[in-house]
Amino acid sequence: MGVMKRMSLIFNAKANKVLDRAEDPRETLDYSYTKQLELLQKVRRGVADVATSRKRLELQATQLQQQADKFDGQARAALTQNREDLAREALTRKSALTQQIADLQTQHTSLQAEEEKLTLASQRLQAKVDAFRTQKETIKATYTAAEAQTKIGEAFSGISEEMGDVGLAIQRAQDKTQTMQARAGAIDELLASGALNDPTGSSKDDIQLELDRMASTSDVESQLAAMKGQIASPAAAAAIEAPTGAATAPAAEAAPATAPAEATQPEESA
Amino acid sequence: MILRILGEGQFELAEHTVEALNGLDNQLQAAVDSGDEASFHEALTALLAMVREVGEPVADDHLGPSELVLPAAESTLEEVRALLSDEGLIPG
Repeated sequence: MGVMKRMSLIFNAKANKVLDRAEDPRETLDYSYTKQLELLQKVRRGVADVATSRKRLELQATQLQQQADKFDGQARAALTQNREDLAREALTRKSALTQQIADLQTQHTSLQAEEEKLTLASQRLQAKVDAFRTQKETIKATYTAAEAQTKIGEAFSGISEEMGDVGLAIQRAQDKTQTMQARAGAIDELLASGALNDPTGSSKDDIQLELDRMASTSDVESQLAAMKGQIASPAAAAAIEAPTGAATAPAAEAAPATAPAEATQPEESA
Repeated sequence: MILRILGEGQFELAEHTVEALNGLDNQLQAAVDSGDEASFHEALTALLAMVREVGEPVADDHLGPSELVLPAAESTLEEVRALLSDEGLIPG
């Protein structure tokens, strides 16, 4: 016997066991219906749980991407200051993040598929539960216990098989979300620890500190160069240190030269 | 004849297509017995593809059992063995 037949026998055996146990098979209808409604609730919760996990992955991917962009910016800043070593370090960190982002995307795709499958499973189950409720009422109203036995068989086996299938799907989805949550927890810890800088930029990593230090060093250097220039050329220094005095002296010297020009002006206007 | 693919739903199959499925099903069973993961996946993928191709999806509100049941596409050999060996693993 092949796999297909053996699996079908196992599912059917489960349904038959429940039916055989009941003294009045009509009682099993109501009991099963209650179970079906419970399972429907469970599937809907399962869909919601998977969606929550998926959203968490999306948030983390965004955070990691922001961090990767930041390392990229640092690498550029380091290169403009001729610090290839720092740029290399920043890009190394970026590539580690890029790998993690790719992993997250793979997981995201698989969770999305799981969500779609569970949503479809919940729709199928809903349709079967509705059909079962109708049949259940007909059987209870129309048949005696003995007659009901055969009438119930098909419907009960059918719904029982569906419930088994959906139950397996929920288990699979739960296993998957648990694995995801463990990984997501690890990434959250990584984001929270010093290993990764937080994207808000409120704390600084060592590359950023070095870039800041270089920026302030170059600022100091340019101020030093300016001061050295002033000391080497006292006239320029005087121009800077005593701007008003230096400006008035040449103006006074220039006054006689401008005086004749001023004197001609009234004649021209007259 | 109705066949269920776990996680996908039920399909109506014409009798004459089942013969072709049986060949692949025997390969699947052999893979499960020998524990050959690669040929297990190969046989399962081929079986599922064939069912989806030749089978007609059964209406969602149909309330009947399936004569044949196939594991979900992403099942591992280990999971299928567990399903076959212990009916208690089927929840619900």
